[in-house]
Amino acid sequence: MTEHHQHHIKLPEGSIEKQTTTLNVGPTHPATHGVFQNIMELDGEQIVSTEQTVGYIHRAFEKLAERRPLYQITTLTDRLNYCSSPLNNMGWHLTCEKLLGVQTPKRVDYLRIIIMELSRISDHLICNSIMGVDTGAYTGFMYIMQYRELIYEIYEEICGSRLTTNIGRIGGFERNFTNTAFTKLEKFLKEYPAALRELENLFTRNRIFMERTIGTGPISAERALNYGFTGPNLRAAGVDYDVRVHSPYSSYEDFDFKVPVGKTGDSYDRFLVRNEEMWQSLSILNQAYKKVQEFKGAEAEVFHADVPEYYLPKKEDVYTKMESLIWHFKIVMGEVDMPKGEVYHSIEAGNGELGFYLVSDGGRTPFRLHFRRPSFIYYQAYPELVIGGMLSDAIVVMSSLNLIAGELDA
Amino acid sequence: MALTQEHIQQRLTEKFGDLVSNFETPYGMLSFEAPKDQNLKVLQFLYDEADLNFQFMTDLTAVNYPDKPGRELAVVYHLHNLRDNVRIRFTVYSDINSPDVFTASKLFSAANWMERETYDFFGVNFVGHENLKRILNVDEMDYFPLRKEYPLEERTRIDKDDQMFGRG
Repeated sequence: MTEHHQHHIKLPEGSIEKQTTTLNVGPTHPATHGVFQNIMELDGEQIVSTEQTVGYIHRAFEKLAERRPLYQITTLTDRLNYCSSPLNNMGWHLTCEKLLGVQTPKRVDYLRIIIMELSRISDHLICNSIMGVDTGAYTGFMYIMQYRELIYEIYEEICGSRLTTNIGRIGGFERNFTNTAFTKLEKFLKEYPAALRELENLFTRNRIFMERTIGTGPISAERALNYGFTGPNLRAAGVDYDVRVHSPYSSYEDFDFKVPVGKTGDSYDRFLVRNEEMWQSLSILNQAYKKVQEFKGAEAEVFHADVPEYYLPKKEDVYTKMESLIWHFKIVMGEVDMPKGEVYHSIEAGNGELGFYLVSDGGRTPFRLHFRRPSFIYYQAYPELVIGGMLSDAIVVMSSLNLIAGELDA
Repeated sequence: MALTQEHIQQRLTEKFGDLVSNFETPYGMLSFEAPKDQNLKVLQFLYDEADLNFQFMTDLTAVNYPDKPGRELAVVYHLHNLRDNVRIRFTVYSDINSPDVFTASKLFSAANWMERETYDFFGVNFVGHENLKRILNVDEMDYFPLRKEYPLEERTRIDKDDQMFGRG
């Protein structure tokens, strides 16, 4: 029998200085899912400090907007949170309508709600499935993408584009929803619940996923409010603030839905809140589709408000009628002066309160336009969420916040 | 009792007298202004008073009015009382030659980056801000691009005639 020796390396006290490592996460890094940088100071795997750098895709939208008539700004809003462009478009049109005093018919409101809730689902399903990717479960992401495809096909049917949609007009939509659009919506409403249930089953009670997300990146309700959190990230911390309920727009008051809240504000709660919101969006979609079907006869053909000064005329009329051509030109070039005033309007976008602060001096373009971008405001809390935690957790926290570079930088 | 705009206005005038002025409600939102050295006192008062309770900062930005001498820069705060669900807009004006405004970042953590953004684009110097540096633009930039004196188009280009776009 040999005697077992344990070997230790014995070094004199103070011979190794404690060192920290600087690590650049980003600007282009698979974990950031967008162009922004974190300069992290690491002690082993633990984060000592971190500083965020943003602005890599800053495109000066607010300056550009000062020289563009209203319709030319819609395309800028596409590029804010590009995972849910229609929400931004609708927010912008609603702001314009508030400024111009345009009343939209109920059917338009309901059609808009269909589009807005579809894009909320497409936004949340990206965020949640990407959280799966970052915790090592790629399958859910690959699987659920085909359902986002169904949503994008509906956009395509309505406005012709998929990602940067430029959907809708001031007062309504560019054309009525076709039967194909409704068939596609029906298909989505029929097939998506089962898929969402499966996605849920992959994650919610998955031991690995729970260990990776529970307790990482928590924030209290007080801190979240002080940091200006809105949307799912605020609700995960336990505050039931939802713009759709607090300042209803586009007839959200006609709908019956719950505002899910979390408790601890950690990554797991953010996941659960987004997941539940998708179920609520499905419920709203079903209600809205039902309400849309109730319109009969001439009412079922209404897809825009009667505001010829701001609503682009029909394309075939533009080619054949002088009057329509003139109006088309006037609207596109912004020949119609806006009323003077200051208006703030906000909607519940995928990441929270997306606000538009528009100052008009009565000219053809806004005198000043400011976007309140939820990502930009809550990303500043990131150090507070991750310091003291592990590097690998910080990556999951980042994806659970759903940071979109386009929205950070504007 | 729901919080009314009249009540907010009354409480503010009781406390600050003539310092708060220009009460208006454009598009339904109560707006008012105060001298810029009073901004923190007003924000703190709105934050602390139990019946006002404006503890959520929705937005902070600036507007440049080149036509208002001595009041070229407006710093605009949007505050929200989430309990009673009331929003207000509070503006302070500053001379563009001495754009010093006290920072609200001690009261609202949210104001930290929003003030950096406002500094970046308008050059508003938020006094007392811990880390007032550019955020979206490059550090080497030596001008504040959202001020009206900086035209959108490059001035050397002659092919873009403003007159043709009705923007002379």
